[in-house]
Amino acid sequence: MIHQYKQNGYNIVLDVCSGAVHAVDDAAYDAIAMFEDHSREQVVSALLEKYPGLSEGDAESILDQIEELKAEGQLFSPDTFAPMAPELKRRTSGVIKALCLHISHACNLTCSYCFAGQGRYHGKSALMSFEVGKRALDFLIENSGSRRNLEVDFFGGEPLLNFDVVKKLVEYARSVEGKYNKNFRFTLTTNGVDIDDDVIEFANREMSNVVLSLDGRRKVHDRFRVDAAGRGSYDVIVPKFQKLVASRGDKSYYMRGTFTHYNPDFLEDIKVMLDLGFNELSMEPVVASPDSPSALTEEDKPVVYEQYEKLAELMIKRRREGRPFTFYHYMIDLQGGPCIYKRISGCGSGTEYLAVTPQGDLYPCHQFVGEEKFRLGDIWHGVTNTERRDEFAACNVYAREECRNCWARLYCAGGCAANAYHSTGSVTGVYSYGCDLFKKRLECAIMAEVDRLYEEDEDSDN
Amino acid sequence: MKHIKTIKTRDLCASAKNGGCGECQTSCQSACKTSCGIANQSCENKNK
Repeated sequence: MIHQYKQNGYNIVLDVCSGAVHAVDDAAYDAIAMFEDHSREQVVSALLEKYPGLSEGDAESILDQIEELKAEGQLFSPDTFAPMAPELKRRTSGVIKALCLHISHACNLTCSYCFAGQGRYHGKSALMSFEVGKRALDFLIENSGSRRNLEVDFFGGEPLLNFDVVKKLVEYARSVEGKYNKNFRFTLTTNGVDIDDDVIEFANREMSNVVLSLDGRRKVHDRFRVDAAGRGSYDVIVPKFQKLVASRGDKSYYMRGTFTHYNPDFLEDIKVMLDLGFNELSMEPVVASPDSPSALTEEDKPVVYEQYEKLAELMIKRRREGRPFTFYHYMIDLQGGPCIYKRISGCGSGTEYLAVTPQGDLYPCHQFVGEEKFRLGDIWHGVTNTERRDEFAACNVYAREECRNCWARLYCAGGCAANAYHSTGSVTGVYSYGCDLFKKRLECAIMAEVDRLYEEDEDSDN
Repeated sequence: MKHIKTIKTRDLCASAKNGGCGECQTSCQSACKTSCGIANQSCENKNK
């Protein structure tokens, strides 16, 4: 199976199963499109008719190149993965390597688009105690098998409302990680309101990553991200984020925004982030029920597509100017990216990855917290709802009928189980709106990477 | 004349033989938290 598209002056052909990417000229683009259901003579004749400047020798040479790539397994490669999928998924299941610690089910903002219901996950406000957090970390160590890298995200609600417990838990983890041959990688996801010098010093020392919530333009940000009195948070948080990032050194961060029906032209928001000096960016489509006024609509889709294309072009332009920035969804590593196991198994929710509530309950991921039927167990007794766990363990890209023949399947790995559940009622369903945006992003990401590699090649030729 | 330029990529078929160490990041953990994509994950397999 192949996927081909034209963007920003490039003709790109992706060979889905091998992962090979080809940049081709117009004649080769057409020849590849015809190759599988036309004879060699038919293709040559069609090319000569369409491209008067092309010689017969050239046309033959294009077909020779296609034949050669096919023989090398880089074009029209068959899908040999489907029968292996359950086994591949099994090999990466059975150990837990990441926890989302809901350190706080309380928030000092009341963003109306919050999937977590203003941080409380449709329950009561609560803070995780040190004892529960410590047990969660022990649970992770006990269930992580031989995995060395363990990820823990301090999440909420707003984690800084329980900052003392965050600090104590990190101190505890550092005190035991050597003994168990583990390497904890912590992340803090924060709205920024309570950031101060103490938080900055701690986060920049201990957090492998910080995720900072900023939606872009002041009016866009302050539409949703308000305090209990309805006051926007933009002016409070931006200087704090700038200070934190300025002293972060080489460590990663994401300036993470959400765009909604109110700002499908989100590139303007990305430009604001850049102007504020941030250059590790993420901008996510809102997760909302279709009847919410902030939910993205079919009419928004062409606008969003255009924004993604322009974003890729802006990325290329700024890279050439020596002012590069990264965008989470365009960080595609064609040479060192994930192996086929990962590409088939997906995100690991409910198996490798669990969310822990302030009370110590386990859920398949943060987006299922508060939905009682998805409660998997708790940190003292482990996963006891094995039937539900097995449903997640069976999730692989080939378990979804719609994914089997999708060209993007080995890049999204079947998509987000929570998005699937919320849009179709089943974790093995497909959130098709999200798929459409994902495919557009992937095309843009590959194009931008092809451009970068072209430039590298030119540099090395000179 | 070269009509097709092949970009160097990881051979996914070959990765079936020596992949699956599981040390890579969980997909949306520590990042977007709302959509799954694995293309941007780095491989952490030291024996690939």
